Amino acid sequence: MSTTGRIVGVNGNMITAAFEGAVGQNEVAYAHIGELRLMSEVVRIRGRYADLQVFEDTTGLAVGNPVTFTGELLSVELGPGLLGQVFDGLQNPLPQLAAQCGFFLQRGVYLPALSREKVWEFTPRVKTGDRVTAGDTLGVVPEGIFEHAIMVPFRFHGSHTVVDIAPAGTRRLEDVVARLRDEAGTERDVTMVQRWPVKIPVELFVERLRPAEPLVTKVRIIDTLFPVARGGTYCIPGPFGAGKTVLQQITSRHAEVDIVIIAACGERAGEVVETLREFPHLTDPRTGRTLMERTTIICNTSSMPVAAREASVYTAVTLAEYYRQMGLHVLLLADSTSRWAQALRETSGRLEEIPGEEAFPAYLESVIAGFYERAGLVRLRDGRLGSITIGGTVSPAGGNFDEPVTQSTLKVVGAFHGLSRARSDARRYPAIDPLDSWSKYPSVVDPADLALARDILHRGAEVGQMMKVVGEEGTSLDDFVVHLKAEYLDATYLQQDAYDAVDGATSSERQKAVFAFLARILRAPLRFADKDAARSFFQRLSQATRDWNRMEMKSDSFRDQEAKIQALITEAGGHV
Amino acid sequence: MFKVYQRIDHIAGNVVHVKASGVTYRELAQIESRRGESLAQVIRLQGEEAALQVFAGARGFATDARTRFLGHPMQVPFSEALLGRTFTGSARPRDRGPLPSGQLTMIGGPSVNPAKRIIPRNMVRTGIPMIDVFNTLVESQKLPIFARAGEPYNPLLARIALQAEVDVIILGGMGLKHDDYLFFRDTLEESGALARSVLYIHTAADPVVECLLVPDICLAVAEQFALQNRRVLVLLTDMTNFADALKEIAVTMEQVPSTRGYPGDLYSQLAARYEKAVDFDSAGSITILAATTMPGDDVTHPVPDNTGYITEGQFYLRNGRIEPFGSLSRLKQMVNGKTREDHRGIMNGMIQLFAAYRETLEKQSMGFRMSAWDNKLLRYGARFEKEMMDLSVNIPLEAALDLGWRILADCFEPAETGIPGRLLDKFWPRKM
Repeated sequence: MSTTGRIVGVNGNMITAAFEGAVGQNEVAYAHIGELRLMSEVVRIRGRYADLQVFEDTTGLAVGNPVTFTGELLSVELGPGLLGQVFDGLQNPLPQLAAQCGFFLQRGVYLPALSREKVWEFTPRVKTGDRVTAGDTLGVVPEGIFEHAIMVPFRFHGSHTVVDIAPAGTRRLEDVVARLRDEAGTERDVTMVQRWPVKIPVELFVERLRPAEPLVTKVRIIDTLFPVARGGTYCIPGPFGAGKTVLQQITSRHAEVDIVIIAACGERAGEVVETLREFPHLTDPRTGRTLMERTTIICNTSSMPVAAREASVYTAVTLAEYYRQMGLHVLLLADSTSRWAQALRETSGRLEEIPGEEAFPAYLESVIAGFYERAGLVRLRDGRLGSITIGGTVSPAGGNFDEPVTQSTLKVVGAFHGLSRARSDARRYPAIDPLDSWSKYPSVVDPADLALARDILHRGAEVGQMMKVVGEEGTSLDDFVVHLKAEYLDATYLQQDAYDAVDGATSSERQKAVFAFLARILRAPLRFADKDAARSFFQRLSQATRDWNRMEMKSDSFRDQEAKIQALITEAGGHV
Repeated sequence: MFKVYQRIDHIAGNVVHVKASGVTYRELAQIESRRGESLAQVIRLQGEEAALQVFAGARGFATDARTRFLGHPMQVPFSEALLGRTFTGSARPRDRGPLPSGQLTMIGGPSVNPAKRIIPRNMVRTGIPMIDVFNTLVESQKLPIFARAGEPYNPLLARIALQAEVDVIILGGMGLKHDDYLFFRDTLEESGALARSVLYIHTAADPVVECLLVPDICLAVAEQFALQNRRVLVLLTDMTNFADALKEIAVTMEQVPSTRGYPGDLYSQLAARYEKAVDFDSAGSITILAATTMPGDDVTHPVPDNTGYITEGQFYLRNGRIEPFGSLSRLKQMVNGKTREDHRGIMNGMIQLFAAYRETLEKQSMGFRMSAWDNKLLRYGARFEKEMMDLSVNIPLEAALDLGWRILADCFEPAETGIPGRLLDKFWPRKM
């Protein structure tokens, strides 16, 4: 018998209900308007009153309307068919919603996340009598390019014995594929779908490992200067218009991982649409299949209900954990974590909690830390590795990084890609600031070359600053050349044309080769008659190198262009 | 049928509290006081008590005012007959015309399912090079114009409205000066565009709560036109007044303020409006241009700041010109690859050189000697400002691109421009 209650107050998306019986924190409840049921979550209990945040528009709710409590935490469905899908923050499949409700999102319509009709080719992987625990593979079904593991439900405690396992053949989602007996002798059926509460991490691995292997994004400034590791975390704070979302989109296309989960959290719908409409037509160069087959989108854009925005990042990370449990490498891109934090702030404000800095709740920091800590490289019980890498954008108010969300995030991530307004204004994309950003993960290029490049960038910037004070005439020719070298490295390596087919994605092999070549240029002793000669030389060199970036590696033109650049250097008295 | 409540318990600012039962959230009510009638909307329910914001303002209201709940949220009538008409912020006629009739549409309706949107694909030509070449406007885009209070943002909006190829123009004025309202009306009338326009005007003299309704009404009507396969352009001016009205109500309701007194949900409130911009996959589209004045010319002020995170770019209007730095159309990449092959090359090349010119200006102002390169940049910058940036320049995109090449060729050697060699070979003007 489930608990019921009645609404006694409505304030925006927050309702207060008086109840009889037992109610749990974070339990899901439904508020009723006639036939309509609006999903909501308990966020505070005081005596016999529960405060609930409603995941939908609350127009039309009245005092006295009934509320039914489900006794369950907010959960998602896990099973084959998640890939290639587009869900809202509560895991409603958006295309199916559109088919049912038309152009607009209708409140109170909840559809099953996974298709019950679709048939899957099941192959068992265990025999009767085998001992298994939660997260172990019972059988597999092919899902696109992957072998999707049907696992012992994560909520099963302790060791189980396989009593019965279905033979190979076609199965639907809710068909029973195994029967397990626990240590107490209770037998339970297992289907191909299970539910898991989103706010509780799945921790069914043997150990967490230190992320050490680079996750290649094919963005040069990231892979070379501020790398990301598989199983690591990174954040991209930046003012609006600096290119956070474009950077995330590029990463979602080119990143060398098995699965990409995009959590479009409180951002523009248009950006999701680009991914939605383009990915089915883009080929993943690693598999030859479309990018959509490795992508799941959780989409709760800015005009969709705020409470569901908060749920969406948890939904996304739970799906990521599910695939990690199969020994896959997952990249979770959250855009933007600030919107999620603002959703927390709105809820906190309506609960009239004592506000912390900039009215964000005092628990903001621990909530952010808890989310990023769900990333990680893990070793599973069968020895395979799986990983979740989390990359979150941050949209700081006024582009000022000294605000609570950016600062709380910086404490818990392994790499910081700070976007700068000055660079984006100067159309230097990606606008990651090469001086402020940092990464604790290893790079794809030679460390000595990298140290040299960083040194040139720093000294070049210093000279640039100095020149603003003392002018060009007050700067020595040597310093001036350092400045030009830094600018050259910036223009030809750090900047990348995302819209050029070749320049847009640079493989780690090419990065190693080109960066080594550029490092030799940076080391070469170049001699110039005067500053104008030096500037004009570097202009020609930049032009030649940028054209080089647009040529396929291993093509004839690529080699010819390399020779041309060598000739230029030789002309200036250097050797490469 | 509807029960009438004879007593108001509490009056603060423009919000009144009434003890009533069976009231639903966001329901409308009609309040009659000695001073006349006004509509009001439920904004909070707490036990027996309903809080209502009064559209006409609560000034002069007495505790014996009569409140009648209407049983539905705010609706506006929609029909073709709206075209050519002017209304107030609460959709009453401002032009002495008849009360509009037609199918009633709820305002502030649900958002569009992202799965039913399509990638924007049509450029909106404006004849302004700073927009067409450098920050192309795209159908279904939402774009604010950030400006100080004194900048000519309203004339710019009007000019874009007249030159853009759209079927319906909807103008929403919030806290508009009466002269500005007349300016818009007369401009639209003179050019014959009034017949395809609908105006919802809240002037600075009208009750502040009505200001809150303007964007929702405009967008609800725009949505109906778009569903009938029309391309709709919605002009909103000025969204900062809208945000200030939100702030006023939030403070009256004793909400915890976040930055500078604005409510914590300012982002969501603005997003709910801007996100109505859409290109439907089998119907029309809504494009939104919104003037947002920046108090103190400060883009980090909460209103422009939150707006910038929501919209698909922004135009900065400074000293009567669209500033190339900071101004951005995020959707330009969707269309500028299909216009002419040198479009992107010119766009990037000219802006990078203009950035260098600004640096040189800085050096010059500090009294440093100008190098040969600096002098080239100075010559270039002056021409760019005069021939490209000036808002009076009115030329089609193709002519603007040609002009760009001529300016570059007059000032630089090809290799100095940073434009890809392939384009230089094809487009660099031959010396006479």
